[in-house]
Order: sequence, then C-alpha cells, then structure tokens
Amino acid sequence: MKRIALTAIAAAALLSGGMADAESPRGIMRGTGDLGIVIERAAGRVVVVETSTPSRLYTIDGLGDLSHASAVFSRDGRFAYVFGRDGGLSKLDLLRGEIAKRVVQAGNSIGGAISQDGRVVAVSNYEPGGVRLFDAADLEPLAEIAATAVDGKRSKVVGLVDAPDSKLAFALYDAGEIWTADITDPRAPRVSRHRDIGRLPYDGMITPDGRHYVAGLFGEDGAALLDLWRPEAGVRRILDGYGRGEEPLPVYKMPHLEGWASVGDLAFLPAVGRHEVLVVSMSDWREVARIPVHGQPVFVVARPDGRQVWVNFAHPRNDTVQVIDVPSRSIVATLKPGPAVLHLEFTPRGEQVWLSVRDADRIDVYDTRRLERSASIPADKPSGIFFTARAGRIGY
Amino acid sequence: MRRASWLPEAALALALIAAAAPGAAGELPAQRQAELRHLLDHDCGSCHGLTRRGGLGPALSATALGDRDDDFLIDTILLGRRGTPMAPWGSELSRDDARWLVDRMRGR
Repeated sequence: MKRIALTAIAAAALLSGGMADAESPRGIMRGTGDLGIVIERAAGRVVVVETSTPSRLYTIDGLGDLSHASAVFSRDGRFAYVFGRDGGLSKLDLLRGEIAKRVVQAGNSIGGAISQDGRVVAVSNYEPGGVRLFDAADLEPLAEIAATAVDGKRSKVVGLVDAPDSKLAFALYDAGEIWTADITDPRAPRVSRHRDIGRLPYDGMITPDGRHYVAGLFGEDGAALLDLWRPEAGVRRILDGYGRGEEPLPVYKMPHLEGWASVGDLAFLPAVGRHEVLVVSMSDWREVARIPVHGQPVFVVARPDGRQVWVNFAHPRNDTVQVIDVPSRSIVATLKPGPAVLHLEFTPRGEQVWLSVRDADRIDVYDTRRLERSASIPADKPSGIFFTARAGRIGY
Repeated sequence: MRRASWLPEAALALALIAAAAPGAAGELPAQRQAELRHLLDHDCGSCHGLTRRGGLGPALSATALGDRDDDFLIDTILLGRRGTPMAPWGSELSRDDARWLVDRMRGR
C-alpha cells in the first residue's frame, strides 16, 4: 500500500446549459421515486421517464457522445449525473428537465460513482487514465487520482464503485491492479494499491452489502476478489480457470459486472466468451453451477426480490432475453423483444423490467410476473436505462 | 500483454477469405453499406467509441490509424487480435466488407 501523489485539476471547461422543451411540463411539484433516465446514445440526449404510467416526460439535449454512457443519482433522487464517453459529466435536474451543470473533464471516460454521503462525484477515465473527484453540488474539481503508467501511458480505469466508510474502489485495465481510495477528505484522497491481480480487468462490482469488490478478468479465466473488511489480506483469485481446457468463443461485446445479480448467498454472473451464466456461492466464492443460456451474457440482473434473473446477450444474439428462475436455476422464458437489446432495469420493487431495444428505437416494458410485454415507449437508439432507486444503493 | 502478439494465422485467414469472398471486388450494394455503417457506429463503437475516438479499444480515427497498412487493419478486423478483446469478425464480414470499413475509418 502506498500513498499516491495527487495533482490538482487545472481547469474544466464549462459548457452551456440545456435547451428548454417548450411543450413539456416542467417544475411540477412531485417526487422522483418513479423517475429515471434513458440514454439516447447516438443523439447525445437523455429521456426522462416515469415508471408509474409508464411514459416519457421530456428530453434533455446537448450531452455529447453518450455511447456507453452511465449515470448515478443524488441521494435525494432529484439529480442524475451522466458520464459520457467524451469525458462529459452532466448534472441533470429531473424535476426541471434540464441540465443543471455540465463540464468536460477528460478526453475519454467510462463511468462514475457517487460517494456514500452524496457529496462527491467520481469519474473513471480512459484518457488520461485515472479517477477525478468533483463536488456533487457544483461539479467543481476536487482532486485527481492518476493511474499507474504502463508503457508510458496511464492505465485506463474501469469498474469504479462507491464503498462504505467513504471509500471508492476501482480496477486498472492495463496495469492489472485494484485500488481503493478513502475520500473522507475529497481534496486529499488516500489510495491503497493492490498489484498483480490478473490480466486485463474489464469491469468491477461490489456486493450489495459493500463488503466484497470483484473485478472480472478478460485476459485470464477468473476474477479477482478484495474483501474490503480485510484489505490487508490482499486480493484473492476466484473462479480460477472456469473455462479451463475449452477454447473460449470470440467476445463481440464485453460483459458488464454492474448488474451482477446476487440472490441470498448466490451471485449470478456472466461467463466471458461462453454461453453460460455462472452461479457462485458468496460465502466461499466457489462456483456452484453453470446455467447454459442462449448466447454470451452481457447483463445478468436479478429482480429486486431475487426470484428471477434476467439476462441479455452479445451480438449477434442480442435480440433475445432469457429469464432464469432462481430456485430451480432453470430458464423459464426466452423472449424476443427485438434487435439489439442493450440494457435492462427493474422498477424498485421489480414488477416491471424495462429493456432498451436499440435497433427498433424502442423501450419495452415487461410485466415480470406474466413475462409479457405490457408497454412500449419510443426512444431514439436507446442504450442505458437508470432509475432513481439507484440513489439508495451501494455500488450504484 | 500490452504488446499482444499479432499472429496472422495464415491458414485460417485463407479459409475465411475463400469462404467469404464475393465473385468480384467492387462497390458493395447500398443495403450492405448501410448494414456496415450501422455495425461500425454501434458494434465497433461499443469499444472504440461512437465517434471512434477510442474507449476500451484504441481510437480508430484516420489520424490514429496513421500509416498502418490497410491489409494489417483488414486482417485485424477479420481475425481479431490475440491477447486483446478484439474479436475476429470474419464469420460475418467478407474481406471486401472489412476493406469498406477501413476506407470509412480513413475517411476515404
């Protein structure tokens, strides 16, 4: 473990606020617990949606390159922080339906997190590789954590999540490391490094209790596990060689770990380069089962009550979604929503799941009990769907 | 691992080319061009960025590609690159398709 030298961020360019949408209702007195956003990736636009009806409320434009964009929410559920591919960090006011603040903070970024106390927004960057911290209120820069350089270039950072006791955890793709940062003083984060955790960690997740951080490895069969209650014990390899002896398939889309479904003691996660969902016991982190599925899983997400796990798939099998019944660990439905199902998000108590069907320019809403489509909402090349219930969850 | 070995597996390459080659090289049909444009923006774009300025995968702008040989880029698309997440797309793209993609990336 080692303290990392910090460099203050020189400046962040401020961009103008969003355009008003004249015909849309604004400033209504209401809560935000049934609101969310849908990323329209090609248009650089976000749709504010409401799950009770369900419906679109209004759009917010001018957010730059939103391919692979993700979002976190303020603890009051009013503001969404959207992390764009082009390094843009936008704070959206869901009630007013407009950009509250926007900065372009790096050349190329991948995602972000919000601190336990809601005061700090952290962004993980590819170019230049590292994590930058911003004041959640006004997006003023607070500090930069520079990632280890590999071949003279700072490592890309992936899998950034918040953790209890005012910490962040993330993985270094090129360097093969896991770092945690104590951001109690967000102007002077204290970094702990764990090296040699495995080749090419491509994403990371934290268990819902905030105790275990897991980085999936692309360069090896396996994953790296850090117990945040016992960081001195170091990073441990789990699921080592889960595909040993078999030639993995080409991977046309990187799986995501954000939605690692955890149900009771079990975690359900995507196998890399295989048509399988792995079931892992979280008490000893051993594989307990593999469930054959339709294609290479991308998102493996549990319904909030844990009874079902929904899975979408990589190109070219991405027109399909499967539903796993958790008690029997069997597939109970194979749905064909349409071309290019990119993401899925459950309503807070799980009676609906929203699917983005990119190439049909549509959001489909499914009733998770009947396993049938209950509504469709038009959207322009939709990708990520994020509901405000994330505001109260560790790791979201 | 950073400088992943690039081994053009010649036998596989020839097999793929033989399987995928259309009768004659030339202008791709408009429908195919539209499909490839879509693939470039969205599937290539998921790693290399919608505007191809890079992501987990490297930037694919004309500047970033520099003076790399076209055939090297075409082989990379068709065969993937070992030790990196770059997948081989040869099962759904012909050599002419890959050449069309390289031309687009170079802004030709």
